Amino acid sequence: MSNTKYILGHFEDPDDLMHGIDQLQANDISIYDVFTPMPIHGIEAKLGVKRSRLPIVAFCCGLTGTITAFSMIYYMLVYDWPIDIGGKPSFAFPDFIPIMFELTVLFCAFGMVGMFFFRNHLFPGRAPRVMDLRATNDRFVIAIDVKKNPHPGKIDSLLKDAGAVEVMHNDRKYISYE
Amino acid sequence: MSSHNESILREPLVTGKNITYAKVTEDILVPVENMPNKAWWIGFIVSVLGALLWVFAVSYTFWIGIGAWGLNKTVGWAWDITGFVWWVGIGHAGTLISAVLLLFRQNWRNSINRSAEAMTIFAVICAATYVISHMGRPWLAYWVFPLPNQFGSLWVNFNSPLVWDVFAISTYFSVSLVFWYTGLLPDIATIRDRATGLRRRIYSICSFGWNGSVKTWQRFEIVSLILAGVSTPLVLSVHTIVSMDFATSVIPGWHTTIFPPYFVAGAIFSGFAMVQTLMLIARKVLGFENYITMFHIESMNKIIILTGSIVGVAYLTELFIAWYSGAEYEQYAFLNRVSGPYWWAYWSMMTCNVISPQLFWFKKIRTSIAASWILSIVVNIGMWFERFVIIVTSLHRDYLPSSWAMFYPSVIDVCVFIGSIGVFFTLFLLFLRVLPGIAMAEVKLLLKSSSDQAKQKLIKEGTVDKAQAQFYTNSLQKYDSVSQKVEYTGN
Repeated sequence: MSNTKYILGHFEDPDDLMHGIDQLQANDISIYDVFTPMPIHGIEAKLGVKRSRLPIVAFCCGLTGTITAFSMIYYMLVYDWPIDIGGKPSFAFPDFIPIMFELTVLFCAFGMVGMFFFRNHLFPGRAPRVMDLRATNDRFVIAIDVKKNPHPGKIDSLLKDAGAVEVMHNDRKYISYE
Repeated sequence: MSSHNESILREPLVTGKNITYAKVTEDILVPVENMPNKAWWIGFIVSVLGALLWVFAVSYTFWIGIGAWGLNKTVGWAWDITGFVWWVGIGHAGTLISAVLLLFRQNWRNSINRSAEAMTIFAVICAATYVISHMGRPWLAYWVFPLPNQFGSLWVNFNSPLVWDVFAISTYFSVSLVFWYTGLLPDIATIRDRATGLRRRIYSICSFGWNGSVKTWQRFEIVSLILAGVSTPLVLSVHTIVSMDFATSVIPGWHTTIFPPYFVAGAIFSGFAMVQTLMLIARKVLGFENYITMFHIESMNKIIILTGSIVGVAYLTELFIAWYSGAEYEQYAFLNRVSGPYWWAYWSMMTCNVISPQLFWFKKIRTSIAASWILSIVVNIGMWFERFVIIVTSLHRDYLPSSWAMFYPSVIDVCVFIGSIGVFFTLFLLFLRVLPGIAMAEVKLLLKSSSDQAKQKLIKEGTVDKAQAQFYTNSLQKYDSVSQKVEYTGN
């Protein structure tokens, strides 16, 4: 027997890809992951991928920004060194609002994107975990772990019937970029 | 199903025959994967010369001080702030296209957002250089940040819009940069996977290890949506705060509540004009006619008429309110703008911003590439004059007639301005050379629903109403990227 680790089904069309996923799922074949050159709407529901919690992160980071800005300005302008400007109150809240808003946006954007990079292990210089080079170009690729799904022949024919233009049996998981 | 058929009545966003996902990649990466053509080199050399002029002029300013400029004790702000506001305004279209149009689900943004965002970033860089160089002692630029100064714990004055501006511009720049770069990751990964050798290594580092898995895309889409959500009020706030630099002062001609909305509309107006100026050339030189189509050009022209008209209403409102206020200083400030020694600047502004964009009501003009390009340049000039008029004419005749003065730019003033345009184009041309000028992943999304090819297929299959198919076919006439002897028999 071969030492195939992963079977990759290449599709040229996202609708065929969705059809392929349906076919595999109908036959109780678990899908390792799907790699596509563009986002496919509705694929998360099909694969049972949970809703992302990034909006909660964004909200919390934004709130942190608001509070940071308010406390900073309050400390500097009201508590630490109040300036007498024509006898006006130093706690001039309306003047605080623009910077509170800006820092809300700043913290929200950086916190959320930072968390996105952290959770997906994206950082400069990371070795790409790519299973097929064309998955970022024009192919929609379903990857199936052979260890968990022992009938490669059946998988092949299911993928081909669903419209796969190419089925590959890979001995190693990721492409080497070296 | 992941895709559905779009209404046949909608004009296509991607034209051309036999467009596949692979062809989108090929077409868009032509300038990135090949040596640049002659047009690029000519543009680049001219821009670099401009940038060198900028380096010279700004260094000279730093060495000599602000005295190198044409300022005098009456007109203490002139070309520097004009240039600053002009560049910040230009930056606004990028965020508008990438954020506001995303929230409104305007799919035509997909092929212009990348370049427009790049333009935003480079325009804000140009604006920021003005902020630094007008400080006089730029080595003390960190004084704008809330650090306790060396005399104790005296902080910056948070009641001042100039301090708000520091936060607004730096937030705007960094959030735009993050938005732009996150959107670029999938496209950089595409370049990486097609490249070899050193190129692959470099793009691999820049791609952050992007692989396009389901979870990555899911989070990517959430991130894009929320960034769009927070950038929308951000872009409005930035020019609002820039306008407050003027509006919260007590100078007649500046002290008006109309400034925030009027500046924001003006910013979008000038930004779209600059996008138009750049895109019309880029689509021709880089061969993007199938992706940036006549529909895109026409849509941008429509936004230019809308925002230009808002700006026009704002100008008239300003005049009316100045008269209606009964405040003689306010009245004189506007009388002086319209008919004083700077009348030519005021009427250049009026002509370029309010009158000439109205030509876009004619479909012939709005769908003509040459006319769109010329009018976009006219708007760029008009918006520069707007800032000049607001700043200089309000200052040059102050309360004491004995100190009335005119402003004459020095050679250095002119060099800083021309140089900043050089810096902008140098950065933009480099961008087109190393990164895809169109967001490939986002254009691929449109291929099955909004492309001419998909719609032709529907017509061929006979699944659409014949009258509607005819309507669609007629709408293609204005497209310069669709040949006119196309093929419908419509059976």
